[in-house]
Amino acid sequence: MSEELFSNLAIFVLSLLVGFEVMSKIPATLQTPMMSGANAIHGVVVVGAFVIAAEANNWLFYCLAFFGAFFAAVNVAGGYTVTDRMLGMFDRKPAAKAKEDDHK
Amino acid sequence: MSALQTVSSLIYLVSAVCYVLGVHLMRSPKTARKGNGLSAVGMFLAVITIIVNVIIEKRITPTGWIVLILGLAFGIGYGVIKARKVPMTDVPQLVSLFNAVGGGAAAVIGIFDYLLKGDGASLNLAFSLPVWLDVIIGGITFSGSLIATGKLSGHVPGKPITFPGARLVNVVVVVAILASAWLMMGMETNVWYVVLALAMSLIFGLLMTLPIGGADMPVVVSLLNAFTGLAVAFAGFVINNQVLIIAGALVGASGTILTLQMAEAMNRSVANILAGGFGTGDSDSGSAAADVPVDVKETSADDIGLQLAYAHSVMIVPGYGLAAAQAQHEVAELAKLLGDAGINVNYAIHPVAGRMPGHMNVLLADVNVPYDQMKQLDDANPMFESTDVSLVIGANDVTNPLARESGNEISGMPILDVDKSKSVVVIKRSMSTGYAGIQNPLFSADNTQMFFSDAKKGLQDIVAATKQYLDD
Repeated sequence: MSEELFSNLAIFVLSLLVGFEVMSKIPATLQTPMMSGANAIHGVVVVGAFVIAAEANNWLFYCLAFFGAFFAAVNVAGGYTVTDRMLGMFDRKPAAKAKEDDHK
Repeated sequence: MSALQTVSSLIYLVSAVCYVLGVHLMRSPKTARKGNGLSAVGMFLAVITIIVNVIIEKRITPTGWIVLILGLAFGIGYGVIKARKVPMTDVPQLVSLFNAVGGGAAAVIGIFDYLLKGDGASLNLAFSLPVWLDVIIGGITFSGSLIATGKLSGHVPGKPITFPGARLVNVVVVVAILASAWLMMGMETNVWYVVLALAMSLIFGLLMTLPIGGADMPVVVSLLNAFTGLAVAFAGFVINNQVLIIAGALVGASGTILTLQMAEAMNRSVANILAGGFGTGDSDSGSAAADVPVDVKETSADDIGLQLAYAHSVMIVPGYGLAAAQAQHEVAELAKLLGDAGINVNYAIHPVAGRMPGHMNVLLADVNVPYDQMKQLDDANPMFESTDVSLVIGANDVTNPLARESGNEISGMPILDVDKSKSVVVIKRSMSTGYAGIQNPLFSADNTQMFFSDAKKGLQDIVAATKQYLDD
């Protein structure tokens, strides 16, 4: 086993463990935004799209690079935007409540 | 290691830390938005780093730049516009769509590197195994998530779709997938081997998702989300980039935990959901037993207004119909009207009301419904016995008493005990079935009255009628 593969494998396994640990009991209220947030994080695949585009040198590779870039960009840009919109609603709630209390 | 590589690796490490802390902060409603922001900062750092690397390395061709920039521009434009414009009711299918393309991107990277680095030579296992896993998992999540998107948006029927001999086809596809592993890892590079792997994984994604009923879709979307994480991690092995490995594994693991919790909220096991889908392939499971005589009592907005005005306690049970009709404002108005008249009003929110766990909370929070009025399942159920009127708005399966019996699609699913309240009013457009595709005996119960209307229009009429009786 090469040194490079071994260190990648170690990183992979440890990251899995971190993932299991960091996710404790999530209230049902937050499960949809959490899924969306995790969905945005795997949009990091966009880095991979750059890597393959940099190596493309014939029409087949250019095609693949285009779709890689397009797919990954939709994932990362859309993912963060929609998650933020959802979570923005939790932000507004205490503010609205405070306003209500003022009226009383 | 060159200076550029060293700096890049360090920045990738910082961005990985951002993802982990971001997920950590997203566990609490107070810090969730900050968490997502932190994770976005990490993403921004990673993207800047790879841009600088591509520029400095100078290996990219002009056509490469054009292709890359066009792909990114279209992708960002499409993603952001979709995400901005989508009504909150349609968020679940959009998340599923974003997940599909993420899996697709991971698969594309695997295919690219297999063709590029293979170059006719026999590949070593340390490279070809992650490539194969990347293509297979990416392909499954791509087609599977697209079907889930279709089922959630109604373009694909929500009912389990099966055909005779589905099991045999499943076996053939799995064998073909294993054969593609042998071809890609044991033989010289050939474009047709990776085409076979991709095609079979796409078909497997279809076969896996089509037989699963619409009611189970949220769990499937979450599971496929975790799958995409793993596909991205394997793409990281393929291109030897550690930020992909870390972020992908993080999503793979945390997504798995989230999937288990969602399944728990619906009182289903993940194995049950997946196997159930595959298992029902050849049998038309007892829809006859679920047929309930449809003799229901119809009522009018005027009568409902009277009932509400003279009730002491009202429980509002919002469901997908409310979300689909965008009637959040009207329901909040009705609740305020009743609350101001001294009537005790609460919302009973099923964990999977709407389409995904927590979806209904998001919709109601959007129209400033006070948080303490939103009762979750366990808090709401004991309250029904002392409730005068339960107002069920566009909810179906989550109130279906059949869930307490065995042998049907929703057996064992936790439901809201709406039928225990003194009187039940159901606002619904028609007698059509919910996601599970079965009849709901609640609708023909003695204490239930049906009001056939669009949720928005119906609520407007009820608000008007209630006002009149409260003023009297």
